[in-house]
Amino acid sequence: MIKPAIAPPDVAAAPLIDVSIDGMTASVPAGTTVMQAARTVGVDIAHLCATDTLRPFGSCRLCVVDIAGRKGLPASCTTPVDHGMVIRTQTPQLARVRRNVMELYISDHPLDCLTCAANGDCELQDVAGAVGLREIRYGYDGENHLKAGKDESNPYFTFDPSKCIVCSRCVRACDEIQGTFALSITDRGFASMVGAGLGETFLNSECVSCGACVQACPTDALTEKSIIDAGQPDRVVKTTCAYCGVGCSFDAELKGNDVVRMTPSAEGEANEGHSCVKGRFAWGYATHPDRVLHPMVREHIDEPWRQVSWDDAIQFAATRFHAIQEAYGREAIGGVSSSRCTNEEVYVVQKMVRAAFRNNNIDTCARVCHSPTGYGLKQTFGTSAGTQDFKSVAHADVILVIGANPTDAHPVFAARMKRRLRQGARLIVIDPRRIDLVRSPHIQAAHHLQLRPGTNVAVINALAHVIVTEGLVNEAFVGERCDAVSFAQWREFIARPEHSPEATEAHSGVPAAELRAAARLYAGAGNAAIYYGLGVTEHSQGSTMVLGIANLAMVAGQIGRDGTGVNPLRGQNNVQGSCDMGSFPHELPGYRHISDSVVRGSFEDAWHTTLDHEPGMRIPNMFSAAVAGTFRGMFVQGEDIAQSDPNIIHVTDALRAMDCVVVQDLFLNETAKYAHVFLPGTAFLEKDGTFTNAERRINRVRPVSPSRTGLAEWEVVCRLSTAMGYPMGYDSASQIMDEIAALTPTFAGVSFAHLDRVGSVQWPCTAQHPMGTRIMHEQTFVRGKGRFLITQYVPTDERSSRKFPLLLTTGRVLTQYNVGTATRRTPNTVWHDKDVLEIHPHDAEVRGVGSGDGVLLSSRIGAITLQARVTDRVPEGIVYTTFHHPEAAANVVTTEFSDWATNCPEYKVTAVEVRPVD
Amino acid sequence: MRIHVPNDTAARSVGADEVAAALASMPIVRDGHARVVRNGSRGAYWLEPLLELESPEGRLGFANVSAADVPMLFAHGLPDRNHGKCIGLVEKLPWLAEQVRLTFARVGRIDPLSLDEYRSAGGLRGLERALSMDAESIVREITASGLRGRGGAAFPAGIKWETVRTATPAQKYVVCNADEGDSGTFADRLLMEADPFQLIEGMIIAALAVGATQGYVYLRSEYPCTAQLFGEALTRARSAGLLGASVCGSSRTFDITLRIGGGAYICGEETALLESLEGRRGVVRVKPPLPALQGLFGQPTVINNVLTFAAATDVLACGAQHYAALGMGRSSGTMPFQLGGNMQRGGLVELPFGITLRDLVERFGSGSYSGRPLRAIQVGGPLGAYLPASQWDTPLTYEHFAAIGAMLGHGGIVAFDDTVDMAAQAEFAMAFCAHESCGKCTPCRIGSTRGVEVIQRLRRREQPLDQWNLLEDLCETMELGSLCALGSLTPMPVRSVMKHFTADLLAPMGGGPSISQVTP
Repeated sequence: MIKPAIAPPDVAAAPLIDVSIDGMTASVPAGTTVMQAARTVGVDIAHLCATDTLRPFGSCRLCVVDIAGRKGLPASCTTPVDHGMVIRTQTPQLARVRRNVMELYISDHPLDCLTCAANGDCELQDVAGAVGLREIRYGYDGENHLKAGKDESNPYFTFDPSKCIVCSRCVRACDEIQGTFALSITDRGFASMVGAGLGETFLNSECVSCGACVQACPTDALTEKSIIDAGQPDRVVKTTCAYCGVGCSFDAELKGNDVVRMTPSAEGEANEGHSCVKGRFAWGYATHPDRVLHPMVREHIDEPWRQVSWDDAIQFAATRFHAIQEAYGREAIGGVSSSRCTNEEVYVVQKMVRAAFRNNNIDTCARVCHSPTGYGLKQTFGTSAGTQDFKSVAHADVILVIGANPTDAHPVFAARMKRRLRQGARLIVIDPRRIDLVRSPHIQAAHHLQLRPGTNVAVINALAHVIVTEGLVNEAFVGERCDAVSFAQWREFIARPEHSPEATEAHSGVPAAELRAAARLYAGAGNAAIYYGLGVTEHSQGSTMVLGIANLAMVAGQIGRDGTGVNPLRGQNNVQGSCDMGSFPHELPGYRHISDSVVRGSFEDAWHTTLDHEPGMRIPNMFSAAVAGTFRGMFVQGEDIAQSDPNIIHVTDALRAMDCVVVQDLFLNETAKYAHVFLPGTAFLEKDGTFTNAERRINRVRPVSPSRTGLAEWEVVCRLSTAMGYPMGYDSASQIMDEIAALTPTFAGVSFAHLDRVGSVQWPCTAQHPMGTRIMHEQTFVRGKGRFLITQYVPTDERSSRKFPLLLTTGRVLTQYNVGTATRRTPNTVWHDKDVLEIHPHDAEVRGVGSGDGVLLSSRIGAITLQARVTDRVPEGIVYTTFHHPEAAANVVTTEFSDWATNCPEYKVTAVEVRPVD
Repeated sequence: MRIHVPNDTAARSVGADEVAAALASMPIVRDGHARVVRNGSRGAYWLEPLLELESPEGRLGFANVSAADVPMLFAHGLPDRNHGKCIGLVEKLPWLAEQVRLTFARVGRIDPLSLDEYRSAGGLRGLERALSMDAESIVREITASGLRGRGGAAFPAGIKWETVRTATPAQKYVVCNADEGDSGTFADRLLMEADPFQLIEGMIIAALAVGATQGYVYLRSEYPCTAQLFGEALTRARSAGLLGASVCGSSRTFDITLRIGGGAYICGEETALLESLEGRRGVVRVKPPLPALQGLFGQPTVINNVLTFAAATDVLACGAQHYAALGMGRSSGTMPFQLGGNMQRGGLVELPFGITLRDLVERFGSGSYSGRPLRAIQVGGPLGAYLPASQWDTPLTYEHFAAIGAMLGHGGIVAFDDTVDMAAQAEFAMAFCAHESCGKCTPCRIGSTRGVEVIQRLRRREQPLDQWNLLEDLCETMELGSLCALGSLTPMPVRSVMKHFTADLLAPMGGGPSISQVTP
C-alpha cells in the first residue's frame, strides 16, 4: 500500500526514534518523516504537495525545516527522522523562504478569490494566509498562465490551468490511487502543465472520471461543476453508495437538502477515500424529472395511470391480492425483493410475503446473479459469502480473476487490486474476452486463459487436476482443515485423465501448457486469492463452477488468511444483504432453511403467526406459473425484471398474464409497463438503513434528504402488509435492524447505534466479535471441515450450430450500471449512449460487417439490432454486448437455460448469428 | 606508415572528415604506402584538425590542416617538418608536455576502437588487478585514493561504492552519467570518443566492487558520433569477452547498455537521469532514498560521471597512493579542465588540482581569443560563478573555490573579454535555468522565470533598489528551497555578478543616480 506523506505514523512499530521538534520531543518509528513526526506533537507544517493519501513528492518546498547540522533547508515531507535530530519549524529564515515561495505561486495565479469556486475550500488560500503573504513584488506583467483556456469537456468537472499550481497531486492520484495513468505533466519548467492523455481533452483521454484528481486538487484547478454552480456545501452526511457491491462510503455534501457533491470518505473501510465515476458523480438521477413521486393505479395495463393517494393505492393492491388468493389459492401471489434496497427494506418485503401473503413465494434479483455463490460456498465452506475483506488483496502474491471485469464493474476495488499488481503480484485472468486488466498500464497478466464461454468447469477442473497430479496439493491444510472422505473421493475424481489440461483443451480452447503454468503459479504462491464475478455464476453450471473454485482454494490451502480466499464480486450494492435477509423461497434470514422447525419457530414467535414450512417459488417458476395461469399477482421491489431477466418475451408474457403486478420503483421502468399499481420508491439519498457489500460489510445508509414521496419504502410495505391483514409497523428503520439482529445469529451484534459508533462491521458480528469478522474460516470452516464436492463438467445445451454459429456473452461498462435505470438518467451517457456488439475482425469480415454498422443479432429466442464494434478484444467465434439500454434489449435473445441448482440464468452463453442490416 | 586524423566530434566540426577524405585520394595512401588512421583528439582543439605523421622520433604534428591543404602537403610524398603547418613533435608541444595526463593519457595516441592498442598503451591493468581482489578491497582502494565524483558534486566515490556494496538487494546497477550538458564542457565526449575502453573498464571495476551485473551509459542525444563510436566499442568489448556472462573469463557477469537521452539538461542530475533511464519524464526525485540504496528501478545503483569511472582505472592500475599523491588537500588526483569561450587555446588540460586559475588561463589558454583583456571567467559550467580578475589567483581545488562562493563543477572554464555585459550574463543564468528546469519544484519552476524578469527590469533600471532586494530574496529562496542543484546553484552566477560586477546591473544609464547612491 501507499505510504502517504502525512498520515499518522504507526507508533506501535518499534524501534522508536526520539527527535526534538521546536523544543518538544517526538517519539516515532524509524521511517517516519519529519512532517509526520511534527504532527504527533501538534505541529502542522505548511504544505501543498503533500497529502494524507499520496506518496511524498517534495515539490512545493513550503514544508522546509531547519535541522541542526544539516545543510540547507530539507523538506519535512521527504526527510525521515534520525536519532537526535533537532528540528525547528519556525525561524525568521524559514518564514522568509515560505513566504517567498508562496509569492512565486501567487505571481502566476489569478487574484479572484472572491469569485472563485474554491473560495473557502482552497489550500493555496489557506497557506497564503498561514505564511503571511502580503504582496506580490513581481507584479503581474510577467509570464503567466492567467489566460490559459479551461477544459470543460468532462460532464462533471472542469480543469482550469490558470488555477493550477502544478503540485502533481492529480497526476499522482491518477497513478498511485486509481492506476489509470491518464494524467501527466506536459512540457517542463514554467510551461509545466497538467495534461490528459496525449494532448487530449479530459473527456477524450483515457481518464475514467473516478474523481481522484478532483479530490486531490488543492485549488480550483479541478473542480466539480456542481460546486461551480451551487457553491460550497453547508453540511455533510455520511452514507453509502448505491451502485455496485463495493459499497463505497461517501460524504454527501449538502446545501440545505440538495446534494452539491459526493466525496469518497477516507474512513470508509471499503474504499478508503477512493471512488468511481458512478458513485462520485452519477447521482443526479435521484432528482431526475422522470422520477415518479405519487402512487398510481390502473385497472388494466392498457389504461393510462391514475394518480391516487397512498391509502388508495395500497388498498387497491391489497384488494386485488386478496381476490387472487381467494380465487386461485394462497400461493398464487408472491414477491421479488431488490438488491438495491436496504437490508431493512428487503427484510420487510420477505416478512410481508411470509406473514401477510402466507407463503414463501419470495425471491430476489440475486437469483439472476449470485445465487450459485450462495449455494456453492455454503455447500463447501458452510457460509454463503465471500471470505475476505477488500484490504486482503494487498497481501496477495497471485490474483486469479475469473469471469469478472473489475475495472468496469467494481472499479474502486479494481484500483486496489491494480495497486497490488503494480507492486508485483502476478495475475491470472480466466475470461473469454481480453478485459482491461489483462494488459493495462504497468499491469500484464501472467496468464490469460481465454476459454470458450460455457467451459468454466472444464477449466477449473483442469487447474485442480494439475495440482493433484503434479504433487502440488497442500496436504497439511487439507489434512487438518478438510473433510477426508469427500477429499479422497474428489481426489480420485479429479485425477482422472479426462480432467487433464490436454483433454479439456478440446472443449475449452485453453492451451494445456498455459493452463498448467497457471495452476502451478496459483498453487505455489505464498498467498493466492480468487476474485470472481457473474462470468462464473450465470451459466447452466454456475453452481458447479463455484464448487470448483472452492475445491481449488482448499486443495491449494489458499484460504483462511490475508491475501487468499474466494471472493465473489457482487454486482449490486446490496446483493449480499438481500440474500442475508432471507429473500429466498427456501431460506429465512441468515440462510436457514424454512423447513427447520426450530428456526421457523423463532420467527413465528417473534412475528406472532405461523409460517408455511414448504419452500415457495423462485422467479422463473413464478413466470412459468403465471404463463400457465396459476400465479397471478406479484410485488416487485426495485427490480426491472422486464429488462434484466433472460428471455424477455417469456417474462413479459408472464407479466401480462397476471391480475396484479405491483411495482415499487423510482421510475416507470420496463416492468411498470405491465403493472397495475405503481408505488414510488425512494432513492438511496432518502433512505435510512444499511447495505451489506461484497465483503460482508454492513454500512450505514443515512437519509441525506427527506423522502420525496413522503414515505420510506419500508413504511409502504408495512402498510400493504397491514392492509393485507397482517399488521406490521416499526417506529424506525433502526427498529427493523434490531428485529433482524434478534432473529439472526450472524447479525446479533448489529444495531444502528453500534454502526454509528464503529463505522461498519463485517458479519458475523456477535457479542463475542462486536467488531465483526474480517476474514472467514481462519481456524476452521464455518461448517467444520471444508467439504470437497464432485464437479463433473457437463457442456451446456446451448451451443453454437450451423444456424447460430457464434456465442454471445454479456457484461457491463464502467459508466453504466446494470439496466441503466439510474445511469442513463445522468450525463454518463456521454461515454456510453448505446449498447454495441463487439465482434472479432474475422467474424466481422466474413459477414461484411464494419465498425459502426447496424447488425441484427438473433438467437433461437429472439432478435435485436445493435451497432457493431469490430475488435480483437473478443476471440473469434464470440460476440459480446452490454445490457444497459432498453432500446437494445440484449435479453430478448438470451435463453431460458439456467443453473441446475439455483436457476440462475445462463446469460453468459447464447448461440447467435450476426447479420448486417441497412 | 600511419597518418592520424582525429575522428572526434570537435575535430570533425572543423573539417577532419574532409581532410581524411582528401588524404584517401592521395597517391601515397592510394598506393598503400601510408594508411589513414582515425585516432581520437588530443584535446588540443586550438590545433584541430591536427594531422599526425609517424616518424622515427615520434609523431609529427600538422595543425589546422584543411582539406585544401592536403594536396600541397602530400604533393611530393610526405611533408617534412619545415612545412608551415608543422608544429614539430606533438608530444613535445609544451601545451601537452606540461600537462599531467592520467585519465587522458591515451587520447589521440591510439585507435580508439582497437582493444589491442588500448591494452598496449596501458589499458586493462586496473581491471586485471581488480579481478584479483575482493570487492571490499577494490572499494577500499577507491576510498584511499580520495577520488571524488567528477560530475560536479565531488562526492567521495569510495563512500558511494561502499554504500552500494553493502546494500542487501541482490540486483544492483552501475550507471554512467554521460549527459554532459554544461556549456563549455567536453571532457566526457572527448574521452568516450578517444579512449572508450577506459570507461568500459572503469564501469566493470565498479561492477566488481559493488556486485552489479548490469550497467547503463546514459549519453546525451547531442553526441551522435560518440554514440556510434562508443556503441562500437561496446560491441568489441563484448566479443573480446570483457563484457558478458563471464567477464575476462572470470565467474562474474556484467554487461553495459548504451541509452541515449532525450535532450534535457536536467537529466544530467542523477535522479532525473534515473527516471529517464526507467522510461519516464526526466524529473528530479527526492533524496532520500539515495540512489546508492534505491536507484535505478529501485535497486542499489552506483551512478558516476564518465571521468570518475575513467579515473578509477588509474587508481586500480597505479594504486591509491599514487593517485592520492597528486592534487592538493582533499582534492586528490587530477582534473581535466576544459578551456573555452574567449580563449586563445581552447582544449582539454588535465592537471593535478591546485594550479591557479590565472596560471591555467594564461599559460595554457594564452589569454583571450579576441586579444582584448579578459574581464570574467566562469568556472564550473552555467551554474558556476563568474570570477573577476581579483579571484584568478585562487587555486583550483574544491575547497578553495567553495570558500569564495564558486565551484569547480565538471571543470568547464569559459573566459569573457572586457566587452562582456555581465548583467546579460546574470540574466542568462536565470534564463538557462528557466529553459532547463524540470518544473517539479516551485522555486526553480517559477523562480527562474521571475529571475529573468527581475534582472531585465534591473537592466532597464526600473526601480533598481526594489528589484535588487527582490533578486536577493529570490536567490535565497532558490538556494535554500530548490529540490536539486539546478535551482539551488543558479543563484551562484547571479550572485557573483551582483557582488563583483555590480556596476553592470546598477550603474546609471543616461544620467541616472551613480552606483554609490544606489548600492544597497
